[in-house]
Amino acid sequence: MSVIYILLSVSVVLGVTFFVIFLMSVRSGQYDDDYTPSVRMLFEDELVKEQTDTIKQTKTD
Amino acid sequence: MENNNCFHCGDDCGNHSISFQEKSFCCNGCKTVFEIFNENHLTCYYNMQNSPGAIPKEIEGKYDFLAQENIIEKLTEFRGDSIEIATLYIPHIHCSSCIWILENLNKLNPNISDSQVNFGKKTVRVTYNSETTNLKSVVLLLSSIGYEPYISLDDFNSGKKHINRTLIYKLGVAGFGFGNIMFLSFPEYFEVNEFWLEQYKPLFRWLMFAMSLPIVFYSAQDYFISAFKGLKAKMLNIDVPIALGVSVLFIRSTIEIMLDIGSGFFDSLAGLIFFLLVGKFFQQKTYEFLSFERDYKSYFPIAITKINKDGSENSIQVYDIEKGDRILIRNEELIPVDGILINGKAKIDYSFVTGESQAVSKDSGDKLFAGGKQTNGVIEMEALKSVEQSYLTQLWSNDVFNKNKEEGFTSITNTISKHFTITLLTIAFLATAFWLFMDPSKAMNVFTAVLIIACPCAIALSAPFTFGNMLRIFGKRKFYVKNASVIEQLAAINTIIFDKTGTITSNKDSNAEYDGDLLSDSENLVLKNSLRGSNHPLSRTLYNILQENNIITLDAFEEHIGKGIEAKHDAVNMKIGSASFVGNPNRSTVLNTTVHVSSNNVYKGKFTFYNSYRKGVSKLFNKLKQQFDLVILSGDNEGELENLKKLLPTKTKLIFNQKPEEKLEYIKFHQSEGAKVLMIGDGLNDAGALAQSNVGIAISEDVNVFSPACDAILDASKFEQLYSFISASKSAIKIIKWSFVLSFFYNIIGLYFAVTGQLEPVIAAILMPLSSISIVVFTTVATNILGNQLE
Repeated sequence: MSVIYILLSVSVVLGVTFFVIFLMSVRSGQYDDDYTPSVRMLFEDELVKEQTDTIKQTKTD
Repeated sequence: MENNNCFHCGDDCGNHSISFQEKSFCCNGCKTVFEIFNENHLTCYYNMQNSPGAIPKEIEGKYDFLAQENIIEKLTEFRGDSIEIATLYIPHIHCSSCIWILENLNKLNPNISDSQVNFGKKTVRVTYNSETTNLKSVVLLLSSIGYEPYISLDDFNSGKKHINRTLIYKLGVAGFGFGNIMFLSFPEYFEVNEFWLEQYKPLFRWLMFAMSLPIVFYSAQDYFISAFKGLKAKMLNIDVPIALGVSVLFIRSTIEIMLDIGSGFFDSLAGLIFFLLVGKFFQQKTYEFLSFERDYKSYFPIAITKINKDGSENSIQVYDIEKGDRILIRNEELIPVDGILINGKAKIDYSFVTGESQAVSKDSGDKLFAGGKQTNGVIEMEALKSVEQSYLTQLWSNDVFNKNKEEGFTSITNTISKHFTITLLTIAFLATAFWLFMDPSKAMNVFTAVLIIACPCAIALSAPFTFGNMLRIFGKRKFYVKNASVIEQLAAINTIIFDKTGTITSNKDSNAEYDGDLLSDSENLVLKNSLRGSNHPLSRTLYNILQENNIITLDAFEEHIGKGIEAKHDAVNMKIGSASFVGNPNRSTVLNTTVHVSSNNVYKGKFTFYNSYRKGVSKLFNKLKQQFDLVILSGDNEGELENLKKLLPTKTKLIFNQKPEEKLEYIKFHQSEGAKVLMIGDGLNDAGALAQSNVGIAISEDVNVFSPACDAILDASKFEQLYSFISASKSAIKIIKWSFVLSFFYNIIGLYFAVTGQLEPVIAAILMPLSSISIVVFTTVATNILGNQLE
């Protein structure tokens, strides 16, 4: 039954790990701006290729 | 093209649109921005949002000061050998296109390695190579694409900002502890007398103890500090019973596990602090893009052009301006010091200072006051005072600006806490006394149980959740409140003082009335058409008021800056402008703004401008008069007295010609007589009054533009709803009172268990979260119902 020591230490270590990750993410400023990243992730990385489509689109407007 | 709106900025192009690549633009500026984007393959900008842009402004020479070392030092947050990082505030940021283009700045200038937008704060953080480019060219690049950063004296002083994240850390610690302690105490809840669980009980308990340490000594420390401060000031604030409950919980639980009598209440302890901190966190609704702390520094430029004795120009920091310095003010620049006009035609817009929208003309030798904005070409002036000694800026040396309004205000929670704490202690002692006679062994147990179970978690949560939710509801309706205590103070108001210009009148449009000989049809035609060609604000207003007429081509048109317009068509030769320009024979001194008209050198008459009052002013005042004393406190002359008398309920007091200090003193005097004053104003001249009043609300046509330091900012379009906002605040107080009743109900159940000596940890662990959660649900539902009624 001394396996409980292993289980306990695993659970505590897991808990503490996540807690430390949380602290690190707060420190890095991840929670300071909660809007912009949601928009940013929808942007395309490279736009030169799209250029031709863009002109076509606006012409048909 | 079916609609004639500018492809870049969305403004109406009128009939002088510029066509480029089959798109129409309202001006060359917008077209240039499009060309820049087009060349750099960034036209994707226009796909995300229709017409997202802004017209780039003329900025010739405006940012020369950015080449100065000491200013760069202050504005950048990091300066390395070849890398500089600066965060710039850009008011125009408003949509996803803005984020996109600003984060692709490196495509426009390869020396910019990274740019990151914070949408909430409307800032962009630019990292650039300082060897190949500099701050000035970054700012010029941003301005040229219509994203002109706003750099004010405020940026120079504040330096590097520090973000306070302690509350999130505390909440994280408490949440971590709460979850893990709950886990560890599970076996105890079910009281399974299983052999191995019995064996490991002490280990579980000491683990819980270890986890509760950071919660009590770190997460909960604010409650101990606040309770100590309260006791020192002989006040029983809500944190006193909380601190008492937390310490009793912790000490009793520790003793219990040390002597192996029971499992302690570590779970309840962690839960209690976790919920309290969640409440605190929820109450912290901040509007990052708004600032409630602005003073004149946010309006003033950082640097100004100084003209040296030998005629050369250089830019200097405004704090370095000395008496006798000659300075150059460009078009659209703000005058930073009091001085005398030396050269040029000044047309000063004092709307920052007085809220008055009409610009005033000044001739050389006239005195100019700090805070005015030049709107008519370049002028030269001589400084008479330094920045701090100028008339406007002296207002901020008043003590009012250093006072904290929340001090000396007892919140509803603290009022009830006084009675609560006394009652709680009485019950605890009576119950202990009773048990001392009946069964002394249980006495200590009962005493601590009473203090534990009655810990006013639910009471302490009522106000934060109610006000926190109200802040959000108000914010959605464009009424931005600084913090929760403002809502509480708003509910206690009995006197409302309004500023006139810009507050109950609208800056956007005004009415004009014609007085004089009737104009013939052809004269009307020339009048309308000549106004059409003029860019003067009064011409624009008058043009919009006058009836539609055909568009004709004038034979001759000349605008005399600062005087008026002269126009000729067929046999009609008209002069429109100031009385002296037109040749008004009878020069009466009128208080209102007027525009005079003459035709073929015969004086015809004048247009008198009246303030146009906001929609629903009269209705609002009639609603308010039943509950509040109403006062109009204006810095203007009495020109509008008769108009106001007609418009407003008779018992409204009308006071004119008030200087900023006089407004402040007026409020102070009434407060000393017991009035709870709500001040509503808009300009910097109201800043003192807004700070002195119990609640100061700034009215703003555009919340992104600046408003003076205040407790709340109300969007001008919602002005009519002021009454609903005040009554909603009053209802919020009622909701809090009802949730107090609800939490007393829980306390009575808890006390029954405590007094009879049957309080088991499992009962505490159920009752505490249950009461907290039901309070949160009740206040949230009730405030949302209230919010829906606001419409």
